[in-house]
Amino acid sequence: MRYLPKSPADRQQMMREIGIQSIDELFAPIPAEYRLNRDLKVPRQMAESEVIDYFRECAEANAAGYGVFLGAGAYRHYRPVVIDSLISRGEFFTAYTPYQPEISQGTLQAIFEFQTMVCELTGMEVANASMYDGSTGAAEAIMMAVRVNGRKSALVARSVHPEYREVMSTYSQHQGMPIAEFGFRENGRVDMAELEKKISEETACVLIQSPNFLGVIEDVAAIADLVHKKGALLIVSIAEALSLGIVKPPAEADIVSMESQSFGVPLGYGGPYAGVMATKEKFVRQMPGRLVGEAKDSNGKRGFVLTLATREQHIRREKATSNICTNQALIATMATIYMTIYGREGLKELAQQNLAKAAYAAQEFGKKAKVLFQGAPRFNEFVVQTQEDPYDINNRLLEKKLIGGLPLKRFYPELGNAALWCCTEMNSKEQIDAAVKAVGQ
Amino acid sequence: MAYPKDRKYTKEHEWIKVEGKTGTVGITDHAQESLGDIVFVELPKIGAQVTATSSFGSVESVKAVSELYAPASGKVTAVNEDLNQTPEAINEDANSAWMIKIELSNPKELDGLLTAEQYEAYIAEEK
Amino acid sequence: MSNNDIKKATRHVIQNEGLIFEKSSPGKKGYRLPPLDVPEVDYKKALGQAAREDLGNMPEVSEMEIIRHFTRLSTWNYAIDLGMYPLGSCTMKYNARVNEVVARLGGLAEAHPYQPEKISQGALRVMKTLADCLLDITGMDAITLQPAAGAHGEMTGILLMRAYLQSKGNPRKKILIPDSAHGTNPATAAICGYAVENLKSNARGMVDIEALSAQMNEDVAGLMLTNPNTLGIFEQEIHKIADILHDKGGLLYMDGANMNALVGKTRPGDFGVDVMHLNLHKTFSTPHGGGGPGSGPVACKKVLEPFLPKPVLVQRPDGTLGFDYNRPQSVGRVRMFYGNFGMHVRALAYTMANGPDGLRQTTEDAVLNANYIRKKLEGDYDLPYKSSSMHEVVFSDHRQNEKGVKTGDIAKRLIDYGFHPYTVSFPLVVHGALMIEPTESESLEELNLFIDAMKSIAREAQEDPDLVKNAPHSTRVSRLDETAAARKPVLRWKPAQAKSAGE
Repeated sequence: MRYLPKSPADRQQMMREIGIQSIDELFAPIPAEYRLNRDLKVPRQMAESEVIDYFRECAEANAAGYGVFLGAGAYRHYRPVVIDSLISRGEFFTAYTPYQPEISQGTLQAIFEFQTMVCELTGMEVANASMYDGSTGAAEAIMMAVRVNGRKSALVARSVHPEYREVMSTYSQHQGMPIAEFGFRENGRVDMAELEKKISEETACVLIQSPNFLGVIEDVAAIADLVHKKGALLIVSIAEALSLGIVKPPAEADIVSMESQSFGVPLGYGGPYAGVMATKEKFVRQMPGRLVGEAKDSNGKRGFVLTLATREQHIRREKATSNICTNQALIATMATIYMTIYGREGLKELAQQNLAKAAYAAQEFGKKAKVLFQGAPRFNEFVVQTQEDPYDINNRLLEKKLIGGLPLKRFYPELGNAALWCCTEMNSKEQIDAAVKAVGQ
Repeated sequence: MAYPKDRKYTKEHEWIKVEGKTGTVGITDHAQESLGDIVFVELPKIGAQVTATSSFGSVESVKAVSELYAPASGKVTAVNEDLNQTPEAINEDANSAWMIKIELSNPKELDGLLTAEQYEAYIAEEK
Repeated sequence: MSNNDIKKATRHVIQNEGLIFEKSSPGKKGYRLPPLDVPEVDYKKALGQAAREDLGNMPEVSEMEIIRHFTRLSTWNYAIDLGMYPLGSCTMKYNARVNEVVARLGGLAEAHPYQPEKISQGALRVMKTLADCLLDITGMDAITLQPAAGAHGEMTGILLMRAYLQSKGNPRKKILIPDSAHGTNPATAAICGYAVENLKSNARGMVDIEALSAQMNEDVAGLMLTNPNTLGIFEQEIHKIADILHDKGGLLYMDGANMNALVGKTRPGDFGVDVMHLNLHKTFSTPHGGGGPGSGPVACKKVLEPFLPKPVLVQRPDGTLGFDYNRPQSVGRVRMFYGNFGMHVRALAYTMANGPDGLRQTTEDAVLNANYIRKKLEGDYDLPYKSSSMHEVVFSDHRQNEKGVKTGDIAKRLIDYGFHPYTVSFPLVVHGALMIEPTESESLEELNLFIDAMKSIAREAQEDPDLVKNAPHSTRVSRLDETAAARKPVLRWKPAQAKSAGE
């Protein structure tokens, strides 16, 4: 086996020194009746070229080279080649969690930079080193809010990603943390009247998404006012991180839970991505996940360490803020490199291009179908309602190597033949025009 | 004098000094020494009720958390806010770095606590 | 002691580097966008009050600087690619390069999770093939690949147990967890609404069968057991353990963190485990990446299958693969989409590169390496539990402690010798633990260098304890003041710092 650096003679020598005749003596602690006396039923050992051939076949059986109009929590943006070149360095990708700071300064400083950039972008004061993704991060944010203010229940907008909401309900079900939902208005923004009616002295937090699942940017300041008046915390979930290039950061929120996939992370059929949680300094001890802090060494030199670890499971065990251990460090590093490449000007320019593409597409679709949720600002997603079933439209588009918007029937049956479309800098005008042409054909 | 005689001690390594109806609570020198450098103290709010032998907060070092147990029951009347900024005060002098003051609801509970001599004997045995 | 005793490493000049923000200046760019092919939109007009003013202190740097910045940072890290990384229970094995190549193939890396199933058959086939392999490896009946990491898998598994018990009428109140367990186990039980009851190990470092019998009752939902446990010891009475739980209607959860000791030699499903997670980033060689991503598939017995998170991957009557969302008894989703698919690709590539013979040899080599280290070091370090070791061995600092040298000091001194330290002070049942897991990826030569280093440090601890206590002596930063960092946390860079901080 080519990954194993031992000759048969090495193994013999080692067994001799240990004092055993056969390797099976080392497995003697396993009761004989449970020892496996056959080969595992897995594919036979393959050459590297065969492994590549197998996956190339799989990749070809998948769509490749299509124009993609899907967003809905996973966004197709251009990934500068520098990202993979850098994160392919073994020192980044074959290192463990930086528990030994003296030989982990690279990872630690990169995460410190990540935390700083997330704070700059979200308007929060502190950010952690990453969560699994946006959905679990949102669930953890609710648990955190409950710890912060001691209340029990949560209110979540129906315009939050439906799969995020499913994850929240899975997490909360046995923690005595009831979650209720409130709706959205005709312009796609949350229904403030319904929120006001439902929020109570029991409400620990209100969670909204902005831009929301319907593509609409919420009036965060107004919602924050209402929520804070009732003594609850506001959590803002962000699925499309690139929106922060031109959208005002949700600085009025108490906790921001963001999916950073848009920042240079491959779509990868849904993962791995990286969530990130950011909050106000006063709540930091209730925040889950790892945190990197600045420190000085014995010579006064600047360095970085994992800090405030007493919040975490390896120390506090069943009383920890979360059970999270492994996070998404390498993905956070990807995002850090991406944010560095585009930086202060590029994120803005790129976000402007996204906005322009989506605005053009929405305008064109509007000529042949109904674009829902007008009257509130949007970023790069919009909902199109058609006469025809969007699945049929999408089937026609597939023939043109285009993947159409996400049909919403599964999540919002009341919207009828509606689909959520997304346009990024990757969608050319030709693609958009071709897609529009297929509608109402 | 590591363990002043003007107060009583718990087996969980807290001290309580009673003046009138008020008990002042801190942790012992032995406790601070075994915890190491203290970086954070979590204390209840003024007005909170604490119950003898139940946790009222925690102290943290870089790699450990230790619960604080109330030596007696009562209402919290004062909290040493200075410890938020300078938790190291506990390491410097555990006997003067008090944490909370309690208005005792049942002073008889104190009878079950250790005297300075008993506490010293107790920790010697624990070692 | 002199540097002549250090055979594996030599000091070497490495670059200094500030924070990226300190290199930033207005007008530098690391990107160029193509021209916009649709009409421009004034975003401030379009967004109105929701428009952002500026991006604060986000950096502005050129591509060249970005390459140097992150390359320089990378050189400050230790990595498997540099040498042995013997962290116990972390299984720091070789991360094969072919895994990275296939995970980046366009059709897989660029697949959108919501693209229609008919153009996702390749991705689904990868997931199905991996699932089938993992089922045979674990001896279980059903599996979900959705959990994103080990602790996430634990949560999924305990939710399955809870849903199953609930369907029988009573979810019960407690989970038993051995004192040697990883901290995620109790934290997970708490999230799933269970109280945690500690289970003491016996003198051999295994579950105390009598204590288990005494503690097991109708209030106990089950036991979370790591096997081999964190002492590297196989629970020899595993089937008795399972019987005790099953007799009282409880279930056996296995934390698969240490599965690298078992693959191809024995199967948890055969020895009574009802549900378990695997860490693809340990046993199946997907990269740790400085702390993630991971992937924590959960495999279970037939009775737990109805409760698996949705959607569940199924083969349709026409032979195509797809997701079944109609799962009324499901515990719900634990993550959006389908899990860390990129890690599924890598784990399958690992499995295929090994085949049945390679996987077995891998396990044997991992156990052989640990036992070789044990044999060579048991004269120098205290071995608190004498039971046979599987893939890892746990020593204590008992002997070195006589000179005031602790496990953390020995660990730091190992850095000077060119190694990453072992896992320090864990498991908690061993005072001053040194938890060493070499994995199969180490050659005899590398193992001997490690053993020499450990022996040399043991000598130093006797002859010059301060040398060990003040280690490391050769890193770009010496021991960092973690106390000060925790008392006054500085968790982000701010412009004001720039003046005082420069390197």
